[in-house]
Amino acid sequence: MRPTRLLACLGLSLSLAFPVAASAAEEVNLYSARIESLIKPILDRFTEQTGINVNLVTGNADQLISRLKTEGRNSPADMLITTDAGRLHRAKEAGVVQPVSSDILAERIPEAYRDPDNQWFGLSLRARPIMYVEGEVDPAELSTYEDLADPKWQKQICIRSSSNIYNQSLVASLIEANGPEATESWAKGLVNNMARPPQGGDRDQIKAAAAGQCKLAVANTYYLAGMMNSTDVSEQEAASKIRVFWPNQADRGTHVNVSGAAITKAAQNRDNAIKLLEFLTSDEAQHWYAEVNGEYPVVADIESSELLQQWGNFKADDLNMSVLGENNADAVKLMDRAGWQ
Amino acid sequence: MSKNQSSSLYRNAVILTALLLALPVIVVLTFVFVPSGEVWAHLASTVLDDYIQHSLLLMLGVSIGTLLLGVSTAWLTTMCQFPGRSVFEWALLLPMAMPAYIIAYTYTGMLDFSGPVQTAIRDLTGWGYGDYWFPQIRSLGGAIVMLTLVLYPYVYLLSRAAFLNQSICVLDVSRTLGNGPWRTFYKVALPLARPAIIAGLSLVLMETLADFGTVQYFGVSTFTTGIFRTWFGLGSAAAAAQLAAGLMVFVFALIILERLSRRQARYHHTSRRHQDLRRYILQGNRAMGAFGLCLLILLFGFLLPATQLASWTWQVAGSILNAQFLDMLLNSLQLAAIAAMLALLIALAMAYGQRLYPSRSVRFAVRLAGMGYAVPGAVIAVGVMIPFAWLDNTLDSWLRDNWSISSGLLLSGTLVAVTFAYLCRFLAVALQTVESGLGKITPAMDEVGRSLGYQPMQALKKIHVPLLQGSLLTALLLVFVDVLKELPATLILRPFNFNTLAVRAYELASDERLAEAAPAALAIVVAGIIPVILLSRTITRSRRIANHVDANLRETDA
Repeated sequence: MRPTRLLACLGLSLSLAFPVAASAAEEVNLYSARIESLIKPILDRFTEQTGINVNLVTGNADQLISRLKTEGRNSPADMLITTDAGRLHRAKEAGVVQPVSSDILAERIPEAYRDPDNQWFGLSLRARPIMYVEGEVDPAELSTYEDLADPKWQKQICIRSSSNIYNQSLVASLIEANGPEATESWAKGLVNNMARPPQGGDRDQIKAAAAGQCKLAVANTYYLAGMMNSTDVSEQEAASKIRVFWPNQADRGTHVNVSGAAITKAAQNRDNAIKLLEFLTSDEAQHWYAEVNGEYPVVADIESSELLQQWGNFKADDLNMSVLGENNADAVKLMDRAGWQ
Repeated sequence: MSKNQSSSLYRNAVILTALLLALPVIVVLTFVFVPSGEVWAHLASTVLDDYIQHSLLLMLGVSIGTLLLGVSTAWLTTMCQFPGRSVFEWALLLPMAMPAYIIAYTYTGMLDFSGPVQTAIRDLTGWGYGDYWFPQIRSLGGAIVMLTLVLYPYVYLLSRAAFLNQSICVLDVSRTLGNGPWRTFYKVALPLARPAIIAGLSLVLMETLADFGTVQYFGVSTFTTGIFRTWFGLGSAAAAAQLAAGLMVFVFALIILERLSRRQARYHHTSRRHQDLRRYILQGNRAMGAFGLCLLILLFGFLLPATQLASWTWQVAGSILNAQFLDMLLNSLQLAAIAAMLALLIALAMAYGQRLYPSRSVRFAVRLAGMGYAVPGAVIAVGVMIPFAWLDNTLDSWLRDNWSISSGLLLSGTLVAVTFAYLCRFLAVALQTVESGLGKITPAMDEVGRSLGYQPMQALKKIHVPLLQGSLLTALLLVFVDVLKELPATLILRPFNFNTLAVRAYELASDERLAEAAPAALAIVVAGIIPVILLSRTITRSRRIANHVDANLRETDA
């Protein structure tokens, strides 16, 4: 390679390092653990309505939090979006977010779905019920999460690995409800009842149940919704065999998690970020969550989509979401001890 | 400047660069000394055995697989003549363009219990779950097969280059001594090619250890998945770093192994004379066997998964292929090209520095710089972010305190950070290739150069670079393809509104939307194919280049 060409390449790479600064005009910088295709459309709507530009980086929530931590007060991010409460709690613990007092947020978001200190806010609900194969299981046999450890379900349950945050949060909620010891023996019972070593994601559990590998699957509802609307015919077929059962309706309610957001401590566009946060609780945005993402609105009396309505209404666990974060590490260790891979 | 001064300057520059590139690894390792007490005890009593056992089995399985596939196909396509040979010669490299996590997604889609293959079996036979045996794709064995299928080209590539470069005279001598093709292979060609084969294998094993996507998807707990789970699930950076240190022990073992295999004997070209290869002509069953083997490997490593991706892409093409997609494509290509270029330059400077001034400190520094390859991309990214942000924040604080101005973040969250992470992670690839190329040039050549009064730079230009051309291009393209496929570091370090194909494919696949992930995955594969084909052509040509150097030297003689 000739030196001139090398220099040109080096020059090019340096010029890339200093991108022309975005105009200081109206903008919000967003770190999102929610993948681009599940957040960008509603952000574009916000820009249309307010003229405020939203700059986006997506990534793994934990890594975005550690990025916030190391960037410190110079972080360009104004707002952090995650897909579970555990991570929002971690961000709060890490000291990278700040409290926000907003009448709109306080009024629209029920207390259980926001941080007691107003450091983060839930924006949509993600329910994790039990799903069963129609015709294979009599729903009258189903009752609670606790019942999944009963030997009558031996080799009948499909559930993903303990590395998955949704399972970690589910176990965290059980620890709160039943205490660590009872939960550990429950986890051991569940491991005995697993139809196969945990593998794949939520859709894979649903597919395995539809194909006859197990009768019950534990999965978030929006995955089932996604399969019903899939372009892949085999996914539609699998989903059509599956029914949703809402566990623990007689006591604390079905385990739910939230996707949510927080304003970062370093936010330089704080006002705009709050505007975005409030916009995400608007009727329009809440409807969108249900229609497009198959999630439940966090704001009361917003009607969920037709698809979600067919699974019926349910009582959700009103445990404050911050507990899921507080119990997370204990949940992981407990699952390790129970041999939940 | 005196000669001594310039040499020590060069040496120091090499050491300094190496240390800089090792910085992320060093930063992560410093966490090792942070006590993690109770978490470590928990790991040791519950999951650590699994991590060690699975990592070892994975390495063993992938070693056996890639050696069998890589060396046999390299020998067949180089030394034997059979139908389709000239196509297989380059086509066998194609699986390299297929990221391991993507091939894992596609095979799972096809072979899972609920996939079309098993469903068809059940429909045909009326069997249900448990009535028949079918290999479990999501298992340790499955992970070994997936990694073998896409990583064997590293062994193939380097051993093929070695076979091609072996002076035909040696092989001819073997023949005249009455050795048949098999004996020649075992007794002469294989031992001569061993350094290259081991270099290829160590690349394979480092890729294996750093793999996150495949093992995580298959639910196989290894060191890599353990690091993530410990760091984020248990919230212990220190224990995670201690696991990372455990991983590095494996890597050190690999490096030492590779060094040992090189030290035992130094193999250089015994002659600069090359003649056209006279290939063994295979006929009948042997020809069919060779053809069949190559075809099967190509089929499973590339054709089948690529077809699956193409069919998914076809399903969703309308909604996904747009201007945004083109942007991502350009971003990906640009990043990969820049990183590959820089990696090549640095690797060449280091390998050459090591040759000119072979001191212990230089060798150690260069080894250290290559460590990043075995460290999962996400760990490297954190190791890049911590010092970069520290530098940025320190500068900013100083400016604020003294001049009341703010510099903000200059390095972190820019493409500098991403590119630096790539260099830390992939320098080893370029380094291995350049080194093994340089290793085959006998020191006598350097002496000839010196006796002709060449300065080191001149010698590099007139002798080494032409001889190395094949290796240099190999290094360039290997890094290019690797960067194109790289995921976690890009995910963590990229600036606002900057997306790549790998990120897009991963995001959708991790949300279990395999079909929607397919266009981006297919684009990575296609973009990776072009350099792969170029690469293969150059290796074939590299033999001719040797003659070119001959001419160069003769010119100076005259």
